[in-house]
Amino acid sequence: MITPGSGPTGDPPRRVTVTSPRTSAVRRPPGRSALRALDEQDHVGELLVRSLVRAQLLLALRLLAVLAVLLGGLPLLFAVAPVTRDVQVLGLPFPWLVLGVLVYPAMVVGGLVYLRLAERNERDFTELVERS
Amino acid sequence: MTDALLPLLAVALVVSATVGIGIYGLRLARTTSDFLVASRSVSPLWNASAIGGEYLSAASFLGVAGLVMVYGADALWYPVGFVAGYFVLLLLVAAPLRRSGAYTVPDFAEVRLGSQALRRLCAFAVVAIGMMYLVPQLHGAGLALRATTGAPVEAGAVLVAVVVTLNVAGGGMRSATFVQAFQYWLKITALAVPAVFLLLAWQADGRPELAGPTAPEFAAATTVEIDSAVRVVVDEPVQVTLDGAVRRLEPGPLALRTGSTIVFPAGASVPHVEALTPSTGSSWVRPLSGAGGVEHPLYATYALVLATFLGTMGLPHVLVRFYTNPDGRAARRTTLIVLVLLGAFYVLPALYGALGRLYVPELLLTGGTDAVVLSLPVAALSGPAGPLLQALLVAGAFAAFLSASSGLLVTTAGVLAQDLLPASRGDGSSSQLRGTVRGFRLGATLTGALSLAVALSASALPLTQVVGLAFAIAASTFCPLLVLGIWWRGLTVAGAASGLLVGGGLSATAVALTVTGTASGGWPGALLAQPAAWTVPAAFLVMVVVSLLTRATVPADVGRTMLVLHAPEALGLRLGDDRSSREQTAQRSRRAGRRNPR
Repeated sequence: MITPGSGPTGDPPRRVTVTSPRTSAVRRPPGRSALRALDEQDHVGELLVRSLVRAQLLLALRLLAVLAVLLGGLPLLFAVAPVTRDVQVLGLPFPWLVLGVLVYPAMVVGGLVYLRLAERNERDFTELVERS
Repeated sequence: MTDALLPLLAVALVVSATVGIGIYGLRLARTTSDFLVASRSVSPLWNASAIGGEYLSAASFLGVAGLVMVYGADALWYPVGFVAGYFVLLLLVAAPLRRSGAYTVPDFAEVRLGSQALRRLCAFAVVAIGMMYLVPQLHGAGLALRATTGAPVEAGAVLVAVVVTLNVAGGGMRSATFVQAFQYWLKITALAVPAVFLLLAWQADGRPELAGPTAPEFAAATTVEIDSAVRVVVDEPVQVTLDGAVRRLEPGPLALRTGSTIVFPAGASVPHVEALTPSTGSSWVRPLSGAGGVEHPLYATYALVLATFLGTMGLPHVLVRFYTNPDGRAARRTTLIVLVLLGAFYVLPALYGALGRLYVPELLLTGGTDAVVLSLPVAALSGPAGPLLQALLVAGAFAAFLSASSGLLVTTAGVLAQDLLPASRGDGSSSQLRGTVRGFRLGATLTGALSLAVALSASALPLTQVVGLAFAIAASTFCPLLVLGIWWRGLTVAGAASGLLVGGGLSATAVALTVTGTASGGWPGALLAQPAAWTVPAAFLVMVVVSLLTRATVPADVGRTMLVLHAPEALGLRLGDDRSSREQTAQRSRRAGRRNPR
């Protein structure tokens, strides 16, 4: 708020600071913030990034493992248990039901799970950086 | 030929719409897309539709059904792999690649490792993979036009090559997100609507057995015209009318001349093309049965799975699309929607393949199984519905050829112009080609002409198989580069380059031997026909080992690069100085790819 001078002949207007409560902006406490450490990639910054990359990589590898077992296991299942090649489920041969229809919604569900978990990792990281 | 009128009309409609948008809609498309990219507000649904529009090529629209018809359950892994490739891309590549700001793989190589030589090497691989993927699109166009109108097989290939090259060189529809998005919806409609009618017809026919104990038979007396000379194998003796003369065919091989006409009686067993072992319905429906004459089906399945799961991320026209996403988060969301859209599409081709054995078994005799999608409506439906639905399918097929070829040509030509054409000689004269509009036009013309030449001279392998080989090369080169580049700090220029050379060299050799038919039969044939199972691990291994040996040359700023690739946008980190200069390089090539020469 600007306080006007007391009158045409009074003191010159006092200087005031105009501020705004930018609560959404990243608050920077005095001293070296984690953000700064990240930006300059010093020892702390590097450790922070390593932890994020490791978390995301572990998540991706876990879901890849699920994909490898569920989908990649199918040919092996057909090979070692030939009965699964012929068995009828819901009026369709089991391999056709799985490979022709079920895999697609299953991958969408897997993608949805990944999206949620990956974004949670990123939120955790952002909070960690902003808190410190 | 009144039969040809409807399909020709459909082709004319799709082609003129494409050209029309290229000419009249250019201004609109360009400003719209520039605006959208600039303001970064393309919604994930639009973006995902555009990705689907570009990704669903001739191989998906026509080829998958043809493979299912011949090879049965094992061919279902093709569409599954095409979708799972996006799943793997979502997990490993989508968000970090978008955050890197790279527009193409060469851009990524430079952002991550800062090497011009590596950039050049990647550019070379992009051009090779792009052409490998373009050729089957042209083959598909030729085949579709011949199957529906009787035009010579060269006509369709030339038509698509000329239209796409002119369109891209003259400005391109590349950047028009909404055009590509529309193509997706056209393609899925064109495949879904006839499928409903075909299922109803099958129902009305009393649901004839698909997986019976016999090999495919002619349901009714059938006249087969031989479009191109073919050697077939007859399994059961049968009395036919060959070129007007009654003749008894004995079991054994038989050569049929171009232009011959054979009339088979109802119930006759269908002779197969020599290369395809005939399979009974019950073995066709069973996985790993080797239906169609596949040797070592378990190995072939796993190699195919590896190629498609890991190859998608390396396709040139796939990566480019991710740049239109505003940020890494949106890139993930877009990929998830792509999974939904592709899954919905790929349920359909298997249906066509299965019904094809019933209604158009003569394709097993002529070898034209890639045309099964286009031939089914006329064979299975009576009245005007057949030709009308066929015209719809032809429109969808040409949308597939045009959109996939456009995307491929723009990316390939852009990379060619940016990285491989001779650079300026320093005098700044008009002889400079690299990174200029003239260079881009030249690149588009070169790529289009070369692809057409290859398409016209090469033997026509099944569409999807050639595309599968392109996937194998992409999986053996760009997959290790992207995955290790994004997740491993230890990657070096020497490691990346040697991995690319080994993976690319091995897989390209295997492809060359397969396409020329040099190696066939037994384990060598199986290993070369599906090389990904050994070339991908080899490329990864070489990349890691050589990187470890040259550990001292790990880029000093790898920490910053990792930060940029993985840090969420919410942090609002600013890029350092040398980073922004690399961003500019990426932007330059982006412009080259999108530049409008008018």
